[in-house]
Amino acid sequence: MTQNVTPVEAFVADFEAVNGLLAGNDLPWLSSLRRSGIEQFSGQGLPHAKLEAWKYTRLRPLEDTSFRPVNDADGSAGVASIPAVLPSDSSHPRIVFVNGTLRLDLSWLDALPDGVSIESLGQVIASDPEWVGAHLGRIGRLDGQPLTALNTAMMNCGCVIRVRRGVVVEAPIEVIYVAGLTDSPVAYHPRNLIVMEENSQATIVKLHAGLGVGAYFANAVTEVEVGDGATLRHYRVQSENRESTHLANLNVRIGKDATYDGFGLHLGGRLSRTDVFARLEGEGGHCGLNGAYLMKGREHCDTTTVIEHHAAHTTCREIFKGILDDEARGVFQGKIIVHPGAQQIDGHQLSNALLLSDRAEMDAKPELEIYADDVKCSHGATTGKLDDTSLFYLRSRGIPEALARNLLIQSFLAEVIDEVKDEAVREALMDKVIHWLPAQCFLAEEWTK
Amino acid sequence: MLEIRNLHASVDGTKILKGIDLSIEAGETHAIMGPNGSGKSTLSYVLAGREGYEVTAGEILYKGKDLTELSPEERAGEGVFLAFQYPVEIPGVSNTIFLKEALNSIRRYRGDEDLDAMAFLKVVRQKTKELNISDDMLKRAVNVGFSGGEKKRNEILQMAVLNPALAILDETDSGLDIDALKIVSDGVNALRAPDRATLVITHYQRLLDHIVPDRVHVLAKGRIQRSGGKELALELEEKGYAEFAEAAA
Repeated sequence: MTQNVTPVEAFVADFEAVNGLLAGNDLPWLSSLRRSGIEQFSGQGLPHAKLEAWKYTRLRPLEDTSFRPVNDADGSAGVASIPAVLPSDSSHPRIVFVNGTLRLDLSWLDALPDGVSIESLGQVIASDPEWVGAHLGRIGRLDGQPLTALNTAMMNCGCVIRVRRGVVVEAPIEVIYVAGLTDSPVAYHPRNLIVMEENSQATIVKLHAGLGVGAYFANAVTEVEVGDGATLRHYRVQSENRESTHLANLNVRIGKDATYDGFGLHLGGRLSRTDVFARLEGEGGHCGLNGAYLMKGREHCDTTTVIEHHAAHTTCREIFKGILDDEARGVFQGKIIVHPGAQQIDGHQLSNALLLSDRAEMDAKPELEIYADDVKCSHGATTGKLDDTSLFYLRSRGIPEALARNLLIQSFLAEVIDEVKDEAVREALMDKVIHWLPAQCFLAEEWTK
Repeated sequence: MLEIRNLHASVDGTKILKGIDLSIEAGETHAIMGPNGSGKSTLSYVLAGREGYEVTAGEILYKGKDLTELSPEERAGEGVFLAFQYPVEIPGVSNTIFLKEALNSIRRYRGDEDLDAMAFLKVVRQKTKELNISDDMLKRAVNVGFSGGEKKRNEILQMAVLNPALAILDETDSGLDIDALKIVSDGVNALRAPDRATLVITHYQRLLDHIVPDRVHVLAKGRIQRSGGKELALELEEKGYAEFAEAAA
């Protein structure tokens, strides 16, 4: 980047350079969607600290580093061992992207159950442009969301999952994004679309994993439609490398009597932010939005959520817990909005953070906006340290201090990890947590397997 | 077994213990009684090595070794056990895993091999039976949702599994009904042995009906004011602690 080109100008120039090569450039609706994306992005610019929603998170790496778009060579990188959340035994469907390139050689997409399709965005644009045109960009907003706008312009990979009406998918579906190991910093813009048709059920586990130490920028957008009576368990793990910038925008529409059960485990990334917008649009809908973040070094992790109750008799439950060590910084901004006429609402929000170091920092901002009168909403936020008495209790039983601290961290996180209803996934997530913990202690096999 | 000489200790700069002398031989059970605020719990924390409880003078010799230099986990490894007045709840960590981590940590400290799951369960099963502790209690998170009695039984279970040489029981009778008191006391009595010493800290005499001490000491104003046989507890029950409050004033 030369000094007189702003980051926004650089991204726009990248768009103009690669636009003709992006998937579906022969489709007028898609070309115009991309064009409106880049115009919105260019008009709004990058989010900055003067915006209330971005008060605590500054996108400094995007200002300081020049990221080139990923290319095919980046995507064909040999990866010796694919990071995963679920066991690597091909017992469940999985789709793998390396630096934004679909890698069928690493994916397991044969023998999918009837009524389920798992494809890359490029594949669906080619095979069923009409269907994807009817769903893509319908939930994610471009106004006020410049990063979603940039993604909409540049979306060059992503996973499209469609579960047909009434279909219950037993095995979890795993979506894996691996990034890193490129010769210079790259940006990629995955765009995921999940459509759960009426009364369908599925569990989706998504992993973003970083390899190596070099910087990259993942700008992900996911749109989720949970149709009437459908249930989606959506578990996300972010385990990016320590130079990465990971920005994710998750947009969820929840229908009548539908359940969206979301969980995010954030284990690493120099700078990460997840924006979640969930809309409860039909009576009887439920939104679970839980998560945990474990940050160390100088990592920064921001979780910003907006849950909107548009319909009566809808419920939400939101618990986020964080562990911040060294000079790490956590941000939680959780807003629950109850719109006029949305009566009989039950909402619960909790943010707890544990600081393991005096230099770690947490900013929590819970917000309730309620425009209906028959509403039960609670929220709470705490930030504290490991409890001295608990630590002494464990040590007085012979447990060395390092292990005692680890057990207390596990104890702190267990409450939120218990929100994950799928047992195999819950164990896999706890396993990730244990491997994050400082290793200068011995753990029994129950904890390390 | 335990030799406390002229022990002074402070918490947050406040002097709590002001010259305690106490000697317990192997095989003996001693009781420390005293009014609230006399320093009973402080003494138990100082013996177990809690941070923030600073020994300012004197010494604590355990099997001839100076305890004050050791961390809490090292003291546990050496065979010191403190049953807490208020056992701590540890959500998300099962009682079984906690017990196993504790036992194997102590074994490692002593240079012994870890017990595997089978061997460990065998040890625990026998103790749980004696203490009327259900499998359910073992599976549940440490002390979470336990009644007062269950928590105290759980302390005694830990003590039985860890098999300490010096057991300190801090207000183990508080919050117990008669039945629970009996179970807990039976558990403690079952562990009495020629090579073990027990220090029972209590406000009330009733626990000492069940766990009969060899010696009773009255702690008030940070010092042992009087020592005697088990009949001293009965006298205290009758007269209260007023005399010692005055004596120390």
